[in-house]
Amino acid sequence: MAVTILKERYTNSVAEVVLGATPEQGGTRGFTLTVGGEKALPFLHFEGKIPFPPVIAAEVADVRPEWNQALLDTIGPDVAGNPALWAKKAVTEWQADLIYLNLTGAHPDTGDKSPAECVQVVKDVLAAVSCPLIVVGCEVAEKDELIMPAIAEATAGENLLLGVAEQENYKTLTSACMAHHHTIIARSPLDINICKQLNILIREMNQNLPIVIDPTVSGLGYGIEYTYSIMERARFGALQGDKMLAMPIIATVGYEAWRAKEANASEVDFPGWGLQEERAILWEATTAVAYLQAGADILVLRHPQAISSVRKNITQLMADNSF
Amino acid sequence: MIIIGERINGMFKDIGQAVAAYDPKPLQHWAIQQEQSGAHYIDINTGPTADDRVKSMRWMVEVVQEVTALPLCLDSTNYDAIEAGLQVCKQRALINSVPAEQEKMDRVFAMAREYNAQVIGLTMDKKGVPKDAESRVALALELVANADAAGVAMEDLFIDPLILPVNVAQDHAPEVLRALTAIKTLANPAPMTVLGLSNVSQKSPDRQLINRCYLLMGMACGLDAVIADASDEALMDVAATGRILLNLDIYCDSYLKLFKSKKV
Repeated sequence: MAVTILKERYTNSVAEVVLGATPEQGGTRGFTLTVGGEKALPFLHFEGKIPFPPVIAAEVADVRPEWNQALLDTIGPDVAGNPALWAKKAVTEWQADLIYLNLTGAHPDTGDKSPAECVQVVKDVLAAVSCPLIVVGCEVAEKDELIMPAIAEATAGENLLLGVAEQENYKTLTSACMAHHHTIIARSPLDINICKQLNILIREMNQNLPIVIDPTVSGLGYGIEYTYSIMERARFGALQGDKMLAMPIIATVGYEAWRAKEANASEVDFPGWGLQEERAILWEATTAVAYLQAGADILVLRHPQAISSVRKNITQLMADNSF
Repeated sequence: MIIIGERINGMFKDIGQAVAAYDPKPLQHWAIQQEQSGAHYIDINTGPTADDRVKSMRWMVEVVQEVTALPLCLDSTNYDAIEAGLQVCKQRALINSVPAEQEKMDRVFAMAREYNAQVIGLTMDKKGVPKDAESRVALALELVANADAAGVAMEDLFIDPLILPVNVAQDHAPEVLRALTAIKTLANPAPMTVLGLSNVSQKSPDRQLINRCYLLMGMACGLDAVIADASDEALMDVAATGRILLNLDIYCDSYLKLFKSKKV
């Protein structure tokens, strides 16, 4: 007897968002990347089209970050602190799809760089690589209100992915993205209702501004089940017709995974846990792989080996399983 | 919640006169008004006074489509009139309606297949509207079986368990609610459900309140769609809130506005 496969049918699909702009499109990128567009839950190719593979963004800091020493050693002492070189290495050696530039150096406590200095960093990175670029501020709202509009204006037309807009604080960044043709990251604090509301608020300012959702994630072992289920619910809502949740998702996996005790504790202190760096790579890659299954479209990673492991997994998951 | 705007019906005086005089303005006014209020379908009924219902239906569909791209709900007991409407519909139409009578089901479900239309099936037959839930469900099952045999998908079959005015047939209101719950279990995927909501409050002084309350009670029992007064803003808010409380839409502070803008 023939088996009838039950297939879920969805009424809506995730919006397609293009990152970057080529010279013909008003930017300087060698290529653009498209994320989103899913018509089914992650990798269920037999139920609907998953038109674009999730992409991996390598996280690059504008100053030498206070990251785990083993991680910084692997990244390379010569590049940590030189964002342009770092970005170039991430693209050429580690095969990252794009760069996530973190302007930690603008933070009042870690450099307090001026808007002009931040603009220069972004321009240097743009000159060093041909891939699309994500730029986020320093997490101090007052400072980001100064640096992000300056960056948006100086790179008008590049279609950078700029972050982050939050419910209490979205107007400046939204205006800057609207005026200078960039895409926005809308971040909500582990709350699907606020996630939806923030998208509505941004769309009220501009109907057509492309949005990427950052629902906030957590690392393996630190509430990943909860953040996973929020991401999953957002994606399920999107497919069932909720257009205010039908946006691609970015997950800052590297940041979360490398905060975990398990990623940082030395083998001297925990001999039974195995080698610290190996363990940390696994922690980062496993966290990333979980979010791939929940619907993440852009994974922000730190360790080159985590990038290559996750890349392998994406390739496997994108293999056609339709029947 | 699917809202089918009820206002373009020849039973209303302004529409009746407009249909008789072939004056498109009142129809187009109400089409735009209902769309702006958040209706998802526009009901089109020639009313009993139209002398040539086939001609009137075709004309009504054409003039309404000049101002809205919403799908239309073709409302008539005259199937030639419905077919005339189907021939000119640009969007997928909803046929309103067919009772559980074999000859009528044969014609309507075949027509639905031919024009790729959806269908409202009424839980009544030649004997009229049953008194209790069980008899309604038995007729619903006949509609389900006939639709399935004709190749009409359950998602395209809207079963109407027929609510009667509460001021003359109060005992029907709870029976219809029980029927709604049972109808959703008749097939998997389940058929859709619909009510002509305003009927519940016919000739009662507090019409809108009764409509709003019954909408919410119906939704809790599995009601998917109503033919209703989309211009009753509070009714639309009740529908939006019901969807939130039933966990059908994800809550956000602007959910009322979002429901009316149809972005849900």
